[in-house]
Amino acid sequence: MSGPSTYNPKSGFEKWIDQRLPLPRLMHDTIQTFPTPRNLNIWYTFGGILTFCLGVQILTGVVLAMHYVANAGMAFDSVEAIMRDVNYGWLMRYIHSNGASMFFLAVYIHMFRGLYYGSYKAPRELLWIIGVLIYLLMMATAFFGYVLPWGQMSFWGATVITNLFSAIPVVGSHIATWLWGDFAVGDATLNRFFSLHYLLPFIIAGVVGLHIWALHVPGNNNPLGIDVKGPQDTVPFHPYYTVKDAFYLCVFVVFFAAFVFYAPNFFGNPDNYVQANPLVTPPDIVPEWYLLPFYAMLRSIPNKLMGVIVMGGAIVTLFFIPWLDTSRVRSCRFRPLMKQFFWVLAVVCVILGYCGSQGVDAAVAGVPLLWVARIATLYYFAFFWILMPIIGLIETPKKLPASIAQSVLGDTAAAAAE
Amino acid sequence: MAAVGAVAAAWPFIDQMNPSAAALALSSVEVDLSPVAAGQQIVVKWRGHPLFVRHRTPKEITESKAVAVSELPDPLARNANKPDNTPATDDDRVIKSEWLILIGVCTHLGCTPTGFEGDYGGWLCHCHGSQYDTAGRIRKGPAPQNLAVPPYAFLSDTRIKVG
Repeated sequence: MSGPSTYNPKSGFEKWIDQRLPLPRLMHDTIQTFPTPRNLNIWYTFGGILTFCLGVQILTGVVLAMHYVANAGMAFDSVEAIMRDVNYGWLMRYIHSNGASMFFLAVYIHMFRGLYYGSYKAPRELLWIIGVLIYLLMMATAFFGYVLPWGQMSFWGATVITNLFSAIPVVGSHIATWLWGDFAVGDATLNRFFSLHYLLPFIIAGVVGLHIWALHVPGNNNPLGIDVKGPQDTVPFHPYYTVKDAFYLCVFVVFFAAFVFYAPNFFGNPDNYVQANPLVTPPDIVPEWYLLPFYAMLRSIPNKLMGVIVMGGAIVTLFFIPWLDTSRVRSCRFRPLMKQFFWVLAVVCVILGYCGSQGVDAAVAGVPLLWVARIATLYYFAFFWILMPIIGLIETPKKLPASIAQSVLGDTAAAAAE
Repeated sequence: MAAVGAVAAAWPFIDQMNPSAAALALSSVEVDLSPVAAGQQIVVKWRGHPLFVRHRTPKEITESKAVAVSELPDPLARNANKPDNTPATDDDRVIKSEWLILIGVCTHLGCTPTGFEGDYGGWLCHCHGSQYDTAGRIRKGPAPQNLAVPPYAFLSDTRIKVG
């Protein structure tokens, strides 16, 4: 995608193609010879895993759309028909529903990997920003998809999320009505959500193309966070990383399949097997697990508009990370102070997720979770807007290795490789 | 000029998502009050939303009347049958004191609150913990407004028409 190409068309046919549409050249340079740091660890295999997840969701999604009926009167029954009547319909649906959870699990690992190794720092700011954009699109797609089965959680989740917009002063209620196409969530809402749920994955696929493009210009970051200095620091993408990615993908698929075949409703909510009823709200509305930390933030603020602002701000913050981190060193391996606060952040996000999953009045060991969530929310924002800029300035990083090759191979072998 | 054209061309694509005239056509519903005993509430559907029809007990009315408007988070009546700036006194939330008619949509994020629960004996919204009193006024929690009172009229002593 960038840099000098090493493609050398051999046959006459390859030359003919190359002069007209150099697609083989693109593929050759992108996934075959692409120089990749030789020290990438397991956490770098999730990019490939995520591409796989997107493919699985699109494939199973297209199949499900062949049998699904986007109509408030028939949607719930059509999903039941997929489960009971359609050949392998249960499999398609369980892969699709668990696939969403796997997708988010992988994306969270991918994002925390980027945070830990400083992969958002120059010259990879746009790569990071495009990634956050993909994450936003994923959340929208997942939300639209969760509405489609038209169960109780579908309906009330849609009601709560669309009502977030009504917090906007003056135009808020008009926006909510515009989103619904009615006085409330109903048939019109379901239809448009289905349309968008089918559209967005293809947009995501396009943006993933940009993400990979933006990756291939500066090249991969790596666990050391230092720049590639020469050919001795890299290996060709194929076969080194195609094999490594494929191996961990297989491990991931085993994990994925365990849920699909042995605990297909592990991530689900029983209330969503009750058909949507606009007159009865289930006692506990909880979003899907991957949105729980944001939900906890929303609930921890006792003011509607502020709650919505805080929740949106938590995501918007991610776009600014490349400029909030003032450190000259990328990887947390060499940042003793940042490393500790990073792990606190990871724990805080899990705590927020737990708080979001519990009832409004819940308490653990006498401590009301509302206050736990408030303190956790405070830490989340303080981490990015206060700690990150300050730590970068006051921290003394450890000594960086001279090169990737030296770090991986030791001094003598690295010298020999040069 | 091009910008005007672009906006004009975009508008149909935006406006198509708004409710159609069919959806907007004001529907109305008649409710028979006679089977609802004091201390009971029924829920009927109106414009896709639940409608609370509650027969208040004298105790509930007294409790509600005892609250000063200055204590309320939302001092406005939110009553479609009264001017917009009407204060949220108990009298201004109802037409007949014993009958409280409300749109059962929590003003926070749209859940349906559960009746006869919470610290104020009115409604408790389980989604995010908003609490309403026996006049449907917000007293505690994240909801910004009192439960809305729909436009309605008494057709007879035991029959109302909503909408």
